[in-house]
Amino acid sequence: MAINIIKEKCIGCGLCFKSCPKDAFYFEKYDGNKLGKVAAIGPSCDFCNQCLTSCKFGAIEEKKIEVQADLSEYKHVWVFAEQRHGKMMNVALELIGEGYRLAKEISEDTQVCAVLLGDEADIDPLVDECFAYGAEKVYKIASPVLKNYTTDGYTFALKEAIDQYKPEIVLYGATHIGRDFAPRIAARCNTGLTADCTRLDVRVSSYIEYTSKNTTLDTSTLDPNDPSTGIKQTRPAFGGNLMATIVCPRTRPQMSTVRPGVMQKREPVAGAKGEVVEVKTTVSDKDIHIKIKDIVKSTKVMVSLTDAEIICSGGRGLGDPSGFELIKKFADKVGGVVGSSRAAVDAGWIDHSHQVGQTGTTVKPNIYFACGISGAIQHLAGMQTSECIVAINKDADAPIFEVADYGIVGDLYKVIPEIIAEWDNAEALYDASTK
Amino acid sequence: MAFNIIVCAKQVPDTNVIKINPKTGTLIRDGVPSILNNDDANALEQALQIKDKFDDVKVTVITMGPPQANDLLFECIAKGADEGILVSDRAVGGSDTWATSNTLEAAIRRWVKDNGDYNLIFTGRQAIDGDTAQVGPQLAEKLGIPQVSYVEEFEIDEDRKTVTVKRQLEDGYELIEVALPCLLTTIKELNTPRYMTVAGIYGNKEMKTWNAKDIEVDLTKVGLEASPTNVFRSFTPAPKQPGVKIEGDTENAQAKNLLIKLKGKHVI
Repeated sequence: MAINIIKEKCIGCGLCFKSCPKDAFYFEKYDGNKLGKVAAIGPSCDFCNQCLTSCKFGAIEEKKIEVQADLSEYKHVWVFAEQRHGKMMNVALELIGEGYRLAKEISEDTQVCAVLLGDEADIDPLVDECFAYGAEKVYKIASPVLKNYTTDGYTFALKEAIDQYKPEIVLYGATHIGRDFAPRIAARCNTGLTADCTRLDVRVSSYIEYTSKNTTLDTSTLDPNDPSTGIKQTRPAFGGNLMATIVCPRTRPQMSTVRPGVMQKREPVAGAKGEVVEVKTTVSDKDIHIKIKDIVKSTKVMVSLTDAEIICSGGRGLGDPSGFELIKKFADKVGGVVGSSRAAVDAGWIDHSHQVGQTGTTVKPNIYFACGISGAIQHLAGMQTSECIVAINKDADAPIFEVADYGIVGDLYKVIPEIIAEWDNAEALYDASTK
Repeated sequence: MAFNIIVCAKQVPDTNVIKINPKTGTLIRDGVPSILNNDDANALEQALQIKDKFDDVKVTVITMGPPQANDLLFECIAKGADEGILVSDRAVGGSDTWATSNTLEAAIRRWVKDNGDYNLIFTGRQAIDGDTAQVGPQLAEKLGIPQVSYVEEFEIDEDRKTVTVKRQLEDGYELIEVALPCLLTTIKELNTPRYMTVAGIYGNKEMKTWNAKDIEVDLTKVGLEASPTNVFRSFTPAPKQPGVKIEGDTENAQAKNLLIKLKGKHVI
């Protein structure tokens, strides 16, 4: 168990029972209190610590974790600066920004270091970009063998560097590559890894500040003056229904993958410089046991609403059935599928198979464009867990704006054609906006 | 010699029906069904498709969990797997992904002792309760075999020495050839899992349970105490933040500002 129950303090009231999502508590006979029983914890406990703050009598305490290994020789924050064909992934720049924040929280002389793996010609031009976004040191691990990402090659090369330089923390973007690479290297280092983090803290005081502002966590058992700087990695679990904060107290480096788009890039400083460390790697073709035969960029053909990654939905705000022609054009452009509200189906504008909502299909795409949809409860029930909701509606008071991540108040017949026209420029627009 | 495929699968609560009690902030688990993890169903399906194609294939499903995880083995065998093994022991409870991969490694090594080498291991990419996607690659590392994750298409050579797979990327795919034995993690795009058959449901079930002693696992490498990561705190997320209104003097400016936001959030 991750908790202890102090029998002398327990009065046998059972208040803690309610806090346990796994029903792990039961009563044990005990002669030392009036009720003659104390709480005990059974095998279904999954160590979530939610009961810690449930006891009004201080009878539940956190089991202290004993650390035997000497962890002090591990220093600095590393960021896996993922690049593909010489182009830096955005998440890497975000992580340099986040790594900088963490490093300075640990101590003034802790540095954030970017680690570039790849072919010399691909990674050399990226060194300055790392410095511009806040890296204080760049480790270059260059080899023709590392030109394309392979699990084997990258793991071999980074493990060598970790053994040599001993970072305290290593951060990876939770991309398809990061989520393949990080677990393999963590296992090889026999250290802990936490996936898909959305928040990182090293100081207990900043963790308290974050959780008390943004979450339901009772922070009364945490000490803001705690000097420890172990990383606290917060991530969603149970399909986003629960958040868990994970620590890695016994082993180093501490490793996390972090979801793209959640951390902040630093304002780039043109001409910023730092130390470049050329890491000698002994990786060779013999270390790689797979063969990449082809790398293909593609736009996917969407088959159904439930599998769709982008959904463009129209509602009564379209005004008439021909509005779905624009929605179809929109969906084709963005590689999405056409959805609709019940109102539009009931009006006979589109087939029921397109309907999203409680009586239609429940969807969870990466992006849900709600166009001319007011946002009736029954519709919201079918789409509100979408990763990102964009609402376009003339009526600024429409309920759809309450669940939308981004809202545009305007005439969809004017706004959508502009989105279609600019869609392919998104990357250039974004790059320009961050320069 | 038989062509041996091992499928690692997990029984998970159906997170799509989990609700939070708004008063206590805890998960309401009553009435939440336990299911075969989605990606693992695709892993099993791929193994069964190989079994359909060749007549000397043996498919073994290994799972780790409490005794009720036997339901999962029942389901997998009723779909066509040859045998199911449950690794269940209090000593491995509270394991994080590192400790879980140590447990599965030990179970597979034990299986090899009894049955000879495996040719192929499938796991789902990730489980819907944890969503970590870590156990597959970590198990491959422990076993010292190559891995390919996010497999969305699969082809096996006639001589069954190599497989060629499509590995999904955010913006396309890689075509990868890998020699056996290897470990592949599967995603839903790979196939459509079959249903249980009536014959399968009523047929004989080759099921067994192994404890920590049976798999001869090093007890200093499994369970809560050995896991490098531990839960520090857990809590329910705060209600959704209010959205951002996209401003702009013209529709074109609004469209541009929206795309900048979407790109910045990596949703496009």
